[in-house]
Amino acid sequence: MTTRIFGSGIRRREDPRLITGQASYTDDIKLTGMVHAAILRSPHAHARINGINTDAAKSAAGVLAVYTGADIEGVLNPIPCAWAIPDSDLKAVAYPAIASGVVRYVGDAVAVVVAQNRYQAEDALELIEVDYEPLPAIINPEAALGDGAPQLHEDAPNNQAFHWVAAGGDTDAAFADAAVTVSETIRQQKLIPNPMETRSAIASWSPAMGELTLWNTTQNPHIARFVTCLVTGVAEHKIRVIAPEVGGGFGAKIAVYPWEMITAFCSMQLGVPVKWTETRTENYLATTHGRDHVEYVEMAANADGKVTAVRSVVYAGMGAYLSTAAPGIPTILHGLMYSGPYDIANIKADVYGVFTNSTPVEAYRGAGRPEATFLLERLMDKVGDAVGIDSVEVRRRNLIEPFDNNRDVAIGITYDSGNYSNALDQLLGHIGYDRFRHDQEHEREHGTFRGVGIACYCEICGLGPSQVAGAVGFGGGLWESATVRIYATGKVNVFIGTSPHGQGEETTFAQIVADEIGVDVDDVEVIHGDTDTTPMGWGTYGSRTTVVGGAAVALTMRKLRDKARVIAAHLLEADEADIEYADGQFFVRGAPDRAQSIQDIALQANVAWNLPEGIEPGMEASTYYDPPNFSYPFGAHAAIVSVDPDNGHITLDRYVAVDDCGPQINPMVVEGQVHGGVVQGAGQALWEGAVYDDNGQLLTGSMMDYAIPRAHLVPDIEVHSTVTPSPHNPLGVKGIGETGTIASTAAIYSAVMDALKPIGVTSLDMPLTPERVWTAIQAAGYTGNGHGHSHGHDHGHDHGHGHNH
Amino acid sequence: MPNTVPITVNVNGRSHSADVEPRTLLVHFLRETLNLTGTKIGCDTSQCGACVVKMNGVTVKSCTAFAVQADGADVTTIEGLAQDGNLTAVQEAFWDHHGLQCGYCTAGMIISVTEIIERNPNPSAEEVRAGLEGNMCRCTGYNNIVKAALAAAAAQQGG
Repeated sequence: MTTRIFGSGIRRREDPRLITGQASYTDDIKLTGMVHAAILRSPHAHARINGINTDAAKSAAGVLAVYTGADIEGVLNPIPCAWAIPDSDLKAVAYPAIASGVVRYVGDAVAVVVAQNRYQAEDALELIEVDYEPLPAIINPEAALGDGAPQLHEDAPNNQAFHWVAAGGDTDAAFADAAVTVSETIRQQKLIPNPMETRSAIASWSPAMGELTLWNTTQNPHIARFVTCLVTGVAEHKIRVIAPEVGGGFGAKIAVYPWEMITAFCSMQLGVPVKWTETRTENYLATTHGRDHVEYVEMAANADGKVTAVRSVVYAGMGAYLSTAAPGIPTILHGLMYSGPYDIANIKADVYGVFTNSTPVEAYRGAGRPEATFLLERLMDKVGDAVGIDSVEVRRRNLIEPFDNNRDVAIGITYDSGNYSNALDQLLGHIGYDRFRHDQEHEREHGTFRGVGIACYCEICGLGPSQVAGAVGFGGGLWESATVRIYATGKVNVFIGTSPHGQGEETTFAQIVADEIGVDVDDVEVIHGDTDTTPMGWGTYGSRTTVVGGAAVALTMRKLRDKARVIAAHLLEADEADIEYADGQFFVRGAPDRAQSIQDIALQANVAWNLPEGIEPGMEASTYYDPPNFSYPFGAHAAIVSVDPDNGHITLDRYVAVDDCGPQINPMVVEGQVHGGVVQGAGQALWEGAVYDDNGQLLTGSMMDYAIPRAHLVPDIEVHSTVTPSPHNPLGVKGIGETGTIASTAAIYSAVMDALKPIGVTSLDMPLTPERVWTAIQAAGYTGNGHGHSHGHDHGHDHGHGHNH
Repeated sequence: MPNTVPITVNVNGRSHSADVEPRTLLVHFLRETLNLTGTKIGCDTSQCGACVVKMNGVTVKSCTAFAVQADGADVTTIEGLAQDGNLTAVQEAFWDHHGLQCGYCTAGMIISVTEIIERNPNPSAEEVRAGLEGNMCRCTGYNNIVKAALAAAAAQQGG
């Protein structure tokens, strides 16, 4: 018996091309006759365009064409939003690929130049004269909804994009009856995703064939084709979208952007291939952002810390237009997760989507669930403080009991399986919680401020049943597909509809195949990212690729195994019922020495010289898998931090994660997902945030101004796991791509607050920069050890939120 | 036609002569003129390190050097590391320890780690992290990059 390949941390099969520089990302591709587009972007957050003069640009060296909003009118349809939340009065405002009349954020496209090379295209941008009439701008989502705020869209009064309410139980009654209520104002700051590869597209139009090929840095090429069809009017079967190597996405490569539609337009106008690639500065302005909530949240509890209700009012900034999936994020992926891992009988989420004069938001790693986890964990800490019990104990009293097959929660969804207290117990053991608390007490007396933060989470992913997608207004399905072909030589191609971009499914899906049918993992090649060669699928986001796409692969292998069994019975002249399968061999029960291997059978199936009656030639099968439910991974994370009270500097000393994503196909890949996710969430807690001035100018417009975590700022992430299979999919797996981000922001924030407790700082906005922390420490009156503050002085002091409203 | 300057650059052991505009960035020369696209562009501000190459034995950010500055220089890019199909110890270690996910920062990371180990054959994790301050990765949280660097150093010590 060999070691099972499912569950083995083998090194990735995609890596050789990536570590030698041989992989081709979009900007690496060159086509014969290809020319280059550069986009002129609005320098104003809100302005009327009174005129554009492109004459000088048109006659500049190397320039082939300059197009403005007037040129695309009637040719390019507006960019559609694909998530129309029902019963929310959603305003599907016009989102033109190139603005005409009004620009609504810094970065809105005003014109495009096509030139022989990129230098010439960018030179010519400088020659375009635009007569702007600046208009007042609004950035804060709560303020944008208020009286007298500048209005972005005529058909969205008060800038309200939608209003969505979800509730379960009787929240008002629970609050009225509560022994304790706590509240918090949370600013989920706007974040800039920063995949290391900026966005890029190459469009190649064939006038003779009426066919459009679009190389595109996308997480979901089939959705990109669908939307490209809607925007360009080219029929779907005449469009080929190719996602070549894609350098990270994190949600920012879900949307179908105006930019690749403009690139397609240019190619269709000029009849030559056109490439467009963002600069990083342009990426900061024109690639979608994440988060941007102003939240008023409250929790009600009994005197013993048992939580009875949670409710919110959330103002979720959408940016200037509705990006592809944006409305679904603060609603379905956020409001529906207000129970988290806890048993809470009464829940209400009240969410306003609001237009602001800023870059549109979209999914950003975690998308809605980090925000939900953050508010639950924040309030849980406050309940603990209010009733006087430790932050671990208050969580323990509220966790849902272990269950292995379906648990309804008050907001109206059904979790798959969970053992939340086990994850918490494991975590406490790993960090030595009691010991830490003991040491902390002692350290505080000596003016050293360390803190521990715990975040328990349960999240919704593995999106999802298509019927539910339809019911919640998602403009597509959420199933996945796989086609598997075993050749006469026994080698295997797997064609998948999802489109991984760093998550390692070329390896993990090969492991599924190898495990299911006994071939060597090196005999399997996984093909993805090209709509002409792969079956339809909805893409990689929402931690769904392995859960849904992996299930499609596994079920396909089982179909092929069934077919192989029939052929084996024929070849072995035995009854099908007597054929056994083990490790790639089919044999008559009790006679394993006369086995037919899967390779033998694949050869027979492909040549078809001697197949049983009614069996078609070939060794190929497909599955279109629609999951019966979402998956709900869970876990418990802990951060330990030190705060230097003299300068506000925070050091992330230790980070421990316990996650449960069910059985792991490749633990090394799982751990990698957790590492990256945790550090990305740490970025939100400690360093990252899009800062705008009152005129709507992005002040954090480059990597010099926007602080992405760097190697020397983070510790080794300690990763552990528990295994609770999901009953809902054939592999029992749950998503793991986002859990790190979902938990770590809350855990790190909580740790900092724990460290600051004796100083009397009780609330702070993220990111927890030294300046912000130091200012709060000063405001709390801390003047150093033994001066003015005694141990345990931790009640009721609020420095006053510095919300940048 | 814009003014051009003739340059000769030895890249990965092969001499290349070309006429370039003075403003041409080294990274564009490598990617566009020589078609060596393994070197990536991640930012415009010399922050991310995706474009790191070796020039005359030291790492440089090729988005922050002009091609004309490389005239007469020896440049090594990611394509020039493996010899006859044999990966370097650093490349092997990145593969063994899952030191990459999307791969976009990887060329710069591998070249930077190679230099870190050349300068300090037995670095601590802290020293590796400090050495990578100019290289950003958004996928790995740096965890396995550090692990790979330490493993590569150990392998070279052992070998």
